[in-house]
Amino acid sequence: MRRIRKKYVLGAVVLAAVVTAFAVAAATVQAGSESVSSGLPTKIGKGEGRLNLLEWPGYSDKSYSSKFQKQTGCTIHRKDAGTSQEMFGLMHANGGGGGGQYDLVSASGDASLRLIYARDVNPINIKLIPSWKQFLPVFKSPPHNTVNGVHYGVSVQWGPNTLIYNTKKVKPAPTGWAAIYSKKYKGKLTVPNNPIQIADAALFLEKTRPRLGIKDPYELTRAQLAAAVILLKRQKPLLKRYWNYAADEITSFANGDVWMGAGWPYQTLALQGAKHPVPVKEIVPLPTTGWADTWMLASKAPHPNCAYLWMKYVTTPQIEAKQALFFGETPVNPKACPYMNKEQKGACAAYHLNVPKSYYKKIKFWKTPVPTCGWTKTQRCMDYNAWQQAWTQIQG
Amino acid sequence: MQAGPPGRRARLRLSGLLWRRPWLKALALLTPPLAAFLIIYIGSLAVVFISSFWSVNAFTSEIEHTWSLANYRLIFDTSQPYLHIALRTLGIAAAVTVTDAVLAFPLAFFMARLAGRRTRAILFVMVLLPLWSSYLVRIYAWQTMLAHNGAINWWLNKLGLPDQNLAYTNAAMWLVFSYVWLPFMVLPVYAALERIPDSYLEASADLGARGARTFRSVILPLALPGLVAGSIFTFALTLGDYITPVLVGGPNSQMIGNVVYDNFATNVPLAAAFTLIPILTMGVYLVIARRLGAFEAL
Repeated sequence: MRRIRKKYVLGAVVLAAVVTAFAVAAATVQAGSESVSSGLPTKIGKGEGRLNLLEWPGYSDKSYSSKFQKQTGCTIHRKDAGTSQEMFGLMHANGGGGGGQYDLVSASGDASLRLIYARDVNPINIKLIPSWKQFLPVFKSPPHNTVNGVHYGVSVQWGPNTLIYNTKKVKPAPTGWAAIYSKKYKGKLTVPNNPIQIADAALFLEKTRPRLGIKDPYELTRAQLAAAVILLKRQKPLLKRYWNYAADEITSFANGDVWMGAGWPYQTLALQGAKHPVPVKEIVPLPTTGWADTWMLASKAPHPNCAYLWMKYVTTPQIEAKQALFFGETPVNPKACPYMNKEQKGACAAYHLNVPKSYYKKIKFWKTPVPTCGWTKTQRCMDYNAWQQAWTQIQG
Repeated sequence: MQAGPPGRRARLRLSGLLWRRPWLKALALLTPPLAAFLIIYIGSLAVVFISSFWSVNAFTSEIEHTWSLANYRLIFDTSQPYLHIALRTLGIAAAVTVTDAVLAFPLAFFMARLAGRRTRAILFVMVLLPLWSSYLVRIYAWQTMLAHNGAINWWLNKLGLPDQNLAYTNAAMWLVFSYVWLPFMVLPVYAALERIPDSYLEASADLGARGARTFRSVILPLALPGLVAGSIFTFALTLGDYITPVLVGGPNSQMIGNVVYDNFATNVPLAAAFTLIPILTMGVYLVIARRLGAFEAL
């Protein structure tokens, strides 16, 4: 075949470039995404036969979900996410609303408001979930999933952020969060790698520097955020590492790299129950932050009936207890207590479920930072991107 | 026109048309693959570049088409950590490249010029075998080895030496990156060294050069394209990595990939703006690599 003349090659390149330019222009002119606003259902319809979950790994484990599949005929297809960033990214991609691929997402409080404001999740009719009436009052309409009285999902499980310490290496036992800001165990500490950790620092400053005027650790003014950043920058040289996944923290405690750190009951129980148990204990110094997960309905959910059936099922006391013991977290339904104790003696207390209601007032649950402050009308608060940039700055 | 079935007549007409108008033939052959390449590769980079000039809504994280240089101002602000992170990434990438070059050269030389056929095959398998296991598994293996009670400390203690404290530091990342990308350096260097004819080395010896002079004047220049080709892999792969810093990095170990990963869901314009730094770096690097003849060795 004869060689193609150079000018024809150039012509083809120019034509291809023109086509590309049109494609790029088309991609960058965003088509406005229609928000599907239909009325709330008044009853749960027949299951569609399939349920797509975007979940934390283990949130629909076969040990308690196989009965659901048999009862309702909704076959569960799971996508596991490792971080809240991943969850938000997956829900927001492909035009948002879960892209038609997910029905429910088990969002933690640091992602839930982002999903609500980005219109990736729809309101639900909470009356269709009878167990809701049994919930602890603090989880019925928490600010991280209920906006202006509208429920954008149902709370499912929660956990406090605890201070875990190695009983053999850390003597005397720590009594408060000040322990992870002090130089005493320099190089042997760990905290989560998550911008929401700024709230922990803010909560600490609320008590130690009241003049900053911090009222809500998730609604910080620029000056308050700057003060929290300074505290966290001072903490950084004391750390061995920031942990990203719970398994990382467990490994670090187990191999002696770390003696004390911020974690969850999941890590403590895993370390205590390991084949070679690690001598750790945890304390929950109040006030502290905590996380709470919500099952939220994707705005483009293809199987909403199965979604409602799952939300109804997983919040019943027996299943709450099963999930709590399997995953290592605490139910929002206190009626799960006897079921937990039946499977594992003293589980209810170990997971801090049998505490008085006043306890919950001292736990500040995760809430996505948004630009409006709930406690003041005269100042602006820093939004999540400002927190993310602050966290990048702390990490350096 | 000739008689025949209508299909054949149409094909002949088309064939004649293409013969008479060669530019049409060129267009039909070249435009589809060119367009595919340009749209998927260049086009996506162009979209990233364009979105770096936009901003996000503080509430909804939706991209707003308001043009501004705010993202670039943030990145090049010296009070912000972004340039520092970029420099750290470049530094580690350079260190990994040099380390891998030093490690891979003797191995590749032995494989190319000294090993028998059987030995060479076995060495090839051993160099490539780690690539068959998962990338994540290899990094976790290093995390375990570097741990306080890990294999490395166990050996050091047996030899009476004190513990190493490399876990969760930049040095640990350098180690892991050097290990993981080594096969990518060995192969191009092997290819380059294999092509050096024996007669060159004999001629160099005939002219009176000893080993070191031959190495400096004959072998190294001829192997350089292979080294540069291998360095493209080690440099580029380190530049974009974010998993190794997460698993074996410590408090001061953020790399470019981590910043992009942290921001891609909620602040695409900032992530896009920051991405330009590795893109431009690699662009410059590839131009230099081409000058040094890297693409002939590949």
